[in-house]
Amino acid sequence: MEILIPTINLESIYPEILITVFAILVLLLQVFTSLPGRKQLGYISLTGIVLASIIVLTQGGAFGENTALPIYSFSNLWVVDNFSRFFKLIILIGTGLTVLISIKYLKDEGIDHGEYYSLILFTTIGMMIMAGGSDLITIFLGIELMSISLYVLTGYTRKRLLSNESSLKYFLLGSFATCFLLYGISLLYGATGTTNLKGISGFISDANFGSPVLIIGMVLLLIGFGFKVASVPFHMWTPDVYEGAPAPITAFMSASPKAAAFAAFLRVFIEALPSLQGVWVDIIWVLAAMTMTAGNVIALVQDNVKRMLAYSSIAHAGYILVAFISTDKSGIASILYYMLAYTFMNIGAFAIVIIIGGKGEEKVHVKDYTGLGYRYPLTAAAMTLFLLSLTGIPPTAGFMGKLYLFSAAIKSGYVGLVTIAVLNSVISLYYYLKIIVAMYLKEPELDVAHDSLVFSPAMVIALIIAVCGVLLVGIFPSPYIAMAQQSYISF
Amino acid sequence: MFYILGAGAVLSALSMVTNKRPVSAAMSLIVTMFCLAGLYVLLDAHLIAALQIIIYAGAIMVLFLFVIMLLNIQEKEGRLAGHKIFLQFSGIVIVGYIFIKVVKLIGGSNLPARMEGSIKGFGTTSAVGEMLFTDFLLPFEIASVLLLAAMVGAVILAKAKID
Repeated sequence: MEILIPTINLESIYPEILITVFAILVLLLQVFTSLPGRKQLGYISLTGIVLASIIVLTQGGAFGENTALPIYSFSNLWVVDNFSRFFKLIILIGTGLTVLISIKYLKDEGIDHGEYYSLILFTTIGMMIMAGGSDLITIFLGIELMSISLYVLTGYTRKRLLSNESSLKYFLLGSFATCFLLYGISLLYGATGTTNLKGISGFISDANFGSPVLIIGMVLLLIGFGFKVASVPFHMWTPDVYEGAPAPITAFMSASPKAAAFAAFLRVFIEALPSLQGVWVDIIWVLAAMTMTAGNVIALVQDNVKRMLAYSSIAHAGYILVAFISTDKSGIASILYYMLAYTFMNIGAFAIVIIIGGKGEEKVHVKDYTGLGYRYPLTAAAMTLFLLSLTGIPPTAGFMGKLYLFSAAIKSGYVGLVTIAVLNSVISLYYYLKIIVAMYLKEPELDVAHDSLVFSPAMVIALIIAVCGVLLVGIFPSPYIAMAQQSYISF
Repeated sequence: MFYILGAGAVLSALSMVTNKRPVSAAMSLIVTMFCLAGLYVLLDAHLIAALQIIIYAGAIMVLFLFVIMLLNIQEKEGRLAGHKIFLQFSGIVIVGYIFIKVVKLIGGSNLPARMEGSIKGFGTTSAVGEMLFTDFLLPFEIASVLLLAAMVGAVILAKAKID
């Protein structure tokens, strides 16, 4: 029997191949390195991430009006377009910062094994596949690769009971959500006869097809993605998992996987199911309102900073959903821009949580931040910047991001939802300010005052990058906005 | 034939979740797996049917039984508090209602007819293999990375001492 092997466009997956090679390289090198040399593995994975970002940037020419893109390859299972490239960059930035803030933490906790970095890289591959897949099968495999690596990373501090518990919880709920996703995919396949996103939308518009099967499939997909982006009412796992996971992984989970989940979510719903827009816009409206409100209101009463940031990340998913329903060019561009800003500010805030937390992550309560403004003015200033950015106060990136999100939604006529969103931003000011007030206006408690914080070089670099990112993206937004808008065109 | 296998799968699945003894539950699961394999055969997916029996009914069930024997789970009388029974009952009613609605909706819709003979030798090993190495090459490779990641993860979580 003769088999025709189709031409393989390897160039389109160079970044993914590179990251895979580095993941395996780190795994192999870890056997040959002694314990003090383990730090190098972090830097090696960082090299891979930087190289991959360069390839993503140059792949198919520069950003902007680009006729060479989108490039479809692997029998239309894979696409390189500005949308996927932008998301891949966000993901790689998030991963790079995570590696930087992990190096010291791993040593303190006595878990500096190479597998940690290689699992982070595997997660990254999964997320990049989610951003670049143009077929439900590819996207699903990306989601699984990301989730399985994350389940393990969540339980990576094996000696901490909280970590074990959160890993198991995440695994059980995550596999349950995967079932929904898979069932949705199979129903879509059953209704349309294809898993290709373009094929599905083509079939639906050709056949003028409003089958209930399709709608049930879509709702199941919505549940699956809703779980991955942690929107209410599928958010139950988030606080426990974020609290129990090692702090660098919490930072990672709240930024990059969320971006990747939104990438896949957007692509599936806007590229494959535009004809069902009338149905899913209403559902997402409700989800967005619930997600913002529940996230912010529950965050008000949290005393544990990690948990508070978990609820705040739920709220932020809600803000992004607000722009999701506008589904036009400016809506998608604003989501891309916001994800970029969010990556910097959220990982930055978690970096400070790691520094304050110290060995064994014991100091994660608001009271541990008292008096920080006098003892470590720079650290406190950075934390203030990140928190203000999360609230959305100028001149930070968070402000511009929220501005674009909400203005996109208003343009599409969702004034009611934007009102809810703005009210929620005001609520969020309270709990973010709680930390700032503790840092500057409260007398430090005795046992806190004597601690000295330890800053490792990698951590300082990560903080500088995050601060610069928040300020640059916030004060000079136009190049990033332009980039985000270009990313919609090829869609 | 479909109805016999379908009913068998549902009944054995029911007996699996209601059975209190772990070994009997595992045995019911095997019956479910076999019935599902039969359904696959009816759909002309011979390779999937064979894999179902070899992997699920064979390998994974053996693992289940090993774990059950190693853990030596005692047969325990399940007791439910009053409100939990209420929760379960209302859960069953709600899910059942949704299920009936969904079945009615799907039953009334016209699904596209199956593309008969669109692929030569559909469901045979060689057809599946050809697809894997031509159209679905990328997912195939991603799956291999996925398995590697899962393997590394399993070792990390389960190893007694990591150096």
